[in-house]
Formats: sequence, C-alpha cells, structure tokens
Amino acid sequence: MATSVQNIIEKYNKDKTRLMDILIDVQSERGYIPKATITQIANALDISHVDVEQTMSFYHFFSDKPTGKFAVYLNDSAVANMMGRQKVKETFENETGIKFGEVTPDGLIGLFDTACIGMNDQEPAALINGQVFTNLTPFRVKEIVRDIKAGRPLDDMFTAAYGDGENRNELIKSVVVNNIRKKGPILSEDYTPGIVIWKKLPQMSPEQVIEEIKKSNIRGRGGAGFPTGLKWEFCRKAKGEKKYIFCNADEGEPGTFKDRVILTERPKLLFEGMVIAGYAVGAQEGIVYVRHEYKYLQKYLENLLQGARDRNLLGKDIGGIKGFDFDIRIQFGAGAYVCGEESALIESAEGKRGEPRDRPPFPVEKGYLDMPTVVNNVETLCAAVKVLLNGGEWYRNFGTKDSTGTKLLSVSGDCKYPGVYEVEWGFTVNDILEMVGADEKQVQAVQVGGPSGSIISSAEFKRTVCFADLATGGSLIIIGQQRDILTDIVLNFTEFFIEESCGSCSTCRNITYLMKNKLEKILDARGVKKDIDDLVAWGKILKVSRCGLGQTAGNPILTSIKNFRHLYEEKIQKDKDFDSAFDMASAVKESCIAAGRIPTLN
Amino acid sequence: MSTLVKFKIDGVECMAETGTYIVEAARENGIYIPTLCNIRGVKPRGSCRICTVLVNGRPMTSCTTPITDGMEIENNIPEINDIRKAIVEVLFVEGNHFCPSCEKSGNCELQALGYRFKMMVPRFPYNFPVREIDASNPKIIKDHNRCILCKRCIRTIKTDEGKTVFAFKKRGLHLEINVDPEMGDKFTDDMAVNAAEICPVGAILLREKGYQIPIGKRKYDHVAIGSDVEKIKI
Repeated sequence: MATSVQNIIEKYNKDKTRLMDILIDVQSERGYIPKATITQIANALDISHVDVEQTMSFYHFFSDKPTGKFAVYLNDSAVANMMGRQKVKETFENETGIKFGEVTPDGLIGLFDTACIGMNDQEPAALINGQVFTNLTPFRVKEIVRDIKAGRPLDDMFTAAYGDGENRNELIKSVVVNNIRKKGPILSEDYTPGIVIWKKLPQMSPEQVIEEIKKSNIRGRGGAGFPTGLKWEFCRKAKGEKKYIFCNADEGEPGTFKDRVILTERPKLLFEGMVIAGYAVGAQEGIVYVRHEYKYLQKYLENLLQGARDRNLLGKDIGGIKGFDFDIRIQFGAGAYVCGEESALIESAEGKRGEPRDRPPFPVEKGYLDMPTVVNNVETLCAAVKVLLNGGEWYRNFGTKDSTGTKLLSVSGDCKYPGVYEVEWGFTVNDILEMVGADEKQVQAVQVGGPSGSIISSAEFKRTVCFADLATGGSLIIIGQQRDILTDIVLNFTEFFIEESCGSCSTCRNITYLMKNKLEKILDARGVKKDIDDLVAWGKILKVSRCGLGQTAGNPILTSIKNFRHLYEEKIQKDKDFDSAFDMASAVKESCIAAGRIPTLN
Repeated sequence: MSTLVKFKIDGVECMAETGTYIVEAARENGIYIPTLCNIRGVKPRGSCRICTVLVNGRPMTSCTTPITDGMEIENNIPEINDIRKAIVEVLFVEGNHFCPSCEKSGNCELQALGYRFKMMVPRFPYNFPVREIDASNPKIIKDHNRCILCKRCIRTIKTDEGKTVFAFKKRGLHLEINVDPEMGDKFTDDMAVNAAEICPVGAILLREKGYQIPIGKRKYDHVAIGSDVEKIKI
C-alpha cells in the first residue's frame, strides 16, 4: 500500500510544488487521503504535516474520509435545481438508503453535493468517479444505482449514445454533448492546426506579435477585460530567468461551460495560442489549469500534447525558429471556484491552497514561482491565433469599438436551445433571448455573468452585451416566470459564495453568511424594511475584499434588490420596524425537554 | 540611495521613501492607519482589510500597497471609518470574545480597536460558534474561540530549519489555524513566547503563565491604540 503512494511521490520528483498532483493521484486511487498518507507525503517532500493538510483541506474533491468505491457528486447549482435535481437527489437517497454527505455502510456508494460542474446545458448532471452523467432522471438514477450494485464497470453504465464530435473520441467516450448553436472565428472548422506557428511566427518578431494583438484591441475573456496585448507586453518587459504562460481553464462560474466545448473541440487552437503567447513574451513553459470537473478530458488532451510534440509544434526550435523552446503541461484543480482568480490559480499550481495574492505585484511581474507570468482565458488564447492569422485589423471588424471580436456565450436555464453561441459583442439581451428560443413573455429575469454578475429584469433586456455596458465572462441563465427568484436563484448563489470563499479576508468570510442569514429571515416572513437597508449597506463592506470573489459575493442579493426590490418588499412585515426573529419557543425547546418543563413564554 | 516621493493623505502633504508601504509611510508622517494582521518588518498579507484606504478613489489595503509619487490617499473619512468599524464588529461576532475573562484583555489589539472606533453593540447578530480549545501542544494553548485568522502566527513562527509550525486548515467559514502535531520538542520556549506575543488577540496563550501583567498596567489600559503614532492621547 505504502509503495504506491511512494511511487506517486517519485513520479513528481518529490517536488513540493507538485503537491496538488500528488494529492489528486492519491485521492483518485484510494478514494481518500488518510492521515498516515499525509504524514508520508510531508516527510517525503520535507515539509510540515500541516502544510499538506492546508492544501488538502482546502479543495472540495479531496477527502480525509473514504468517499465510497463510487463517489457521486451531484451538481447543486441553481440551474440543476430548475431542471429537476430535487427528484434525482431523492431517488439517489432512496435507492442507496443514505443521505447526501454519507457513504453506504458497505463503502460502495458515496453521495455528495457539488457546485456547478460546467454542464448547465444538460442538467441535472453528476460526476461519478470523474465520469460525467448528464440529463439525469429518477429512472436513470435507479439504473445507475442498480448497475453499481451489480458490479458493472463505470464505462459500461452509459445507456445513451456518446455525445457528438470529439466526445465520442476513444480517449473521451463521454455522453456529454457540445450543444454548439452558433459558430464564429473561434468555433469555426476552418482551421489548420499549426498554421500560425509554421507560416506566421517565423516571419515575425515577438514585438510584432504583441503589436498585432494590440492592434486587434482584444481584451481578456474571463470577465475582467484587461487588454491582452498590454498584458503580454508587460510580461515581455518584466525581468525573470524564466517566464510562464498560464491558460485559465478553471471555468468555475456557475452557468459557464464554453471552455468545456473549446477543450473538447478546439484544443489544438488553444495550444497554438499558448505557443504564440510564449513566443511573444519569451516564455519556456505553458500550463493549462483545468478544473477538476473536466478531468474526463485528461487522456485526450495529454495525447494531443504528445502529438504536438511529435510534430514540432511543441518542444525545441518550434516551427523551425532557432532557440524557441516551449512545452505545455496540464495542471488539474481539485474543486475551488476561487482558483479562477489568476493569482489563486497560480498559488494552486504551486501546490498550495488557492488563496489570492495581494496585488501589486501582478503576475506579469511576479507570478508562478515568482517569475513573470501571463494568465489568459481559454477563449482569449484561441482568439489570438485568429488575430495573427488574419490580422488585428480583420479582428476589429467583429464586435463594437470598445469590445472587439466575438464572445462565446454559455446559455442555460428556461429556453429552448441551451448551449454555446459564438456571437459578436454588441448583441442586446433581447437579441440573445430570440436567438436561444426563449419566449420574452415567459422570461422573468436573466442572470448575466453568473452569480458574480447581475440579475436583470425585462426593463434592461435592451442593454448591450459588451465591456462598456453589460460585461460578462459569458454566462447567461434565463429564468422563467415560474421560478422563485429569491429562493431558487439568489439564495442558491449566495450559498455558493459562502461555500467557495477561501476565508482569508475577514469581510468575504463573514459578511456573505451574515447577508444570507438576513435573506433567510426575510424569506421566513420575519423581515422588516431595515433588513433590506442593512443588506444594501453590508454589501458595500464586501467591496474592500482582496479578490473578485469577495468583492462580488454580495451581487446576487444586491442586484436582485436593485432590480427586483418588490420581491423583497412583498415579504417584509409592513406593520413593524423591528423584529429580532428570535424564537423563544424553539430556543428553549431542548432544555425544556431535558428538564421536563413546559415553559410559559408570555 | 533613497528617493523621497510626495503624496497626500486626506489632503495633507506627506513625504516618504518610494516603495514604502502606505501604512508605514503614513506612520512616518504621524498619521495612524489601523491594522490587525500587519506586523512591522514582516511581509504583509492584507487579510483583515481594516487598513483599507482609498487610493485615487479605489479601495486598497495600505499594508500591502507601496507608496508612489503623487498618490492621493483618503484615510480618515466617514466612509472608510465605518467600514473599519464594521470589520471590528464582524470579528467580534464571528468568534466568542469575552473580554472580562480573557487573559489578553488590555493587551488585545482587537479590543483596543473596538474602543478606538467606539464600538458599543455590533450591527451584526452574534454567531456564537462552537469552537474548540486545543491544548495538545506542550507549550501553548490555542483558543479557537478568539482567533481572528489574521495569519500572523503562520507568517512569523517557523522552526530553525524554516519549517511551518502554524497553517490554515479548510476554507471559508470553516477556516481555522492548525498547529503542527508532529512538532513535538521542536516547539521551543522561544517559539511559544513569540507566538503568544505576535497574536493580536488571546488565541495563543502560554501554558501555566497567566496574568503576568496585572490589569491596569497593560498596553492599552490608559492610551488608545495608535496614539504612539499620533503622539497624542485620545
């Protein structure tokens, strides 16, 4: 038993910066990471026991207790619930005889909740030992549990056909479907892998590459919208022995799944984008940080990287350019939304807990292993290939003046055609609703940009999706009239932020749950007007948090108060100025039972 | 070679060496910016957020942001002071802080900031969490009830070989400080004393050594926190 852990540690050269990989391998082999193994790892890496525990206890998919031979992680995000998760969950519990958070006594099945797994267009969905099961129904759950009990191997449990495109690839074999609804320059099939590396890069200096990117005006696609050319230039000019290109494929924002589709259908485009970025800034190594939920793509992606090495698209003297050496490795996360924040992502890739860093210094000066590092979104790197291929001028033909190019939207919720739409910036929300087959009269609200974005009402559907107006990393969740916005959406998203806070900032760690408690007070019909005012005031305190997660953690509540205030006002008590919401009867219930008394409360 | 730069705090012209963190630069100019997680001379971490100021209109932690030429800093303004007070309050409701029975009372920075910001009753409801007291270490007692997760112990206390003694465990609401169980006799008396001193609250206490300084003779019994910087008594 101990040898196997030893082998894993050796595989990563006893390198403490590869602690994530070591823990991921142990977890997937054992189903958990026992205390003795933590000590073994700590000793082998020559670090403290608490160092290993610090990283391990941070990530959702690591466990110090057995998670079952079959660990079921059922998505509990808002859209999963909208699509019937509750019945699916109950069926899992009935069929296994355990509750979520437990493992069957025989150790066969474990049931766990998990945040959005990037399958919002095919919910309810679950991960079972890393394999994705989509479009779950109570019937399907019964089949799955029966198969598990019958000892069928996981790969034999798929009863539906494999998904479309590369989802059928021998190295993926997944039932996930792409749901590509609209293609543009990025999703277009008109692409020859390596074309820029062979035809363009040898004739361009790194500075010229950066100039072309700047000319295109492309801005980061993760949501923040920082000009990509400028970022590359900063990194090029920064001093460092080594430089790194990171691709942020953590895609944790609930409702976003476009990177899943790119990683499945256009990974070569992404890798080429990283090579270009590497050439431009003078980097030797690229790391794709992929969220744990997409681990089912691992063999496929690693095989493609090997293929690229064989074709001299990675490795030494790439594209025949003397001295241009660059290689890419894949780093998996282990379940932490905050790792989508670039400095937390770097920390995680260094084997640590995903706690965002203080800035300055920015990653372009001091990033991975304190070396200058560019962190770009999957989509940004893909777009860079097309910019170099066709020119920055060409790219500016798409989109608006301030937001050039196209954007991949992940559309889910109450509409006919959920999926990925590559559109030019500048569409209005109304245009998009029409495109995705949502009846405007049936739409109550649209969540733009995921939980960290804003929930808007029909009054704002004429607004434009672009950096100057409604900026978004690409998630659009359509919320029908039948939904209870405060319970189904706002409460769910607020709980998500509480779960995903790294806890480092006093504000994010505390204010979010205090706001949730107050929201629940209002939902329990114990709220008064001051509670709404408090929520608005407390939300402002979050703005001094270190990272984007903390700063936006109040947005579900704040934007719903702004755009759906009547929903709150309907629920508060009009005749009272104050209600402590303290329930004496329930507070003394336990002690009364113990003492055998019947209290007189009035 | 030093390069002095000019900057303004609440409209007052100040000067400091470029690259100095704002909180230190302010101190050199006799202006107090409250801190909790910061320790002079140790790499800052910006986790308590109480030293937040507005730099050219944007909130930044003054312990982690270096001063640059021409910076306009807003510090002692109602908007910022209210957020600072809220942070003190939120730290009080997050844990279980019973000042009258706490060994650290009078030497506690959180308590002192509570007085400085004239906190009466926190605006937030108390959380009353169930937390443990970890007395497994032979030299110190770790009282999780009082811990404000400032990371001071994590950042400063290391073994002679530079190994970690304190670390975080879990995340978010469940975040806590974890003391290395394997330390054993590597945990020296000096480390224990340093840890207890570095802790801004009463979360790390020396074993068998309570109340060495009598009440009335403690750091903040007669002077407000920050008055040494401002050179005045509030």
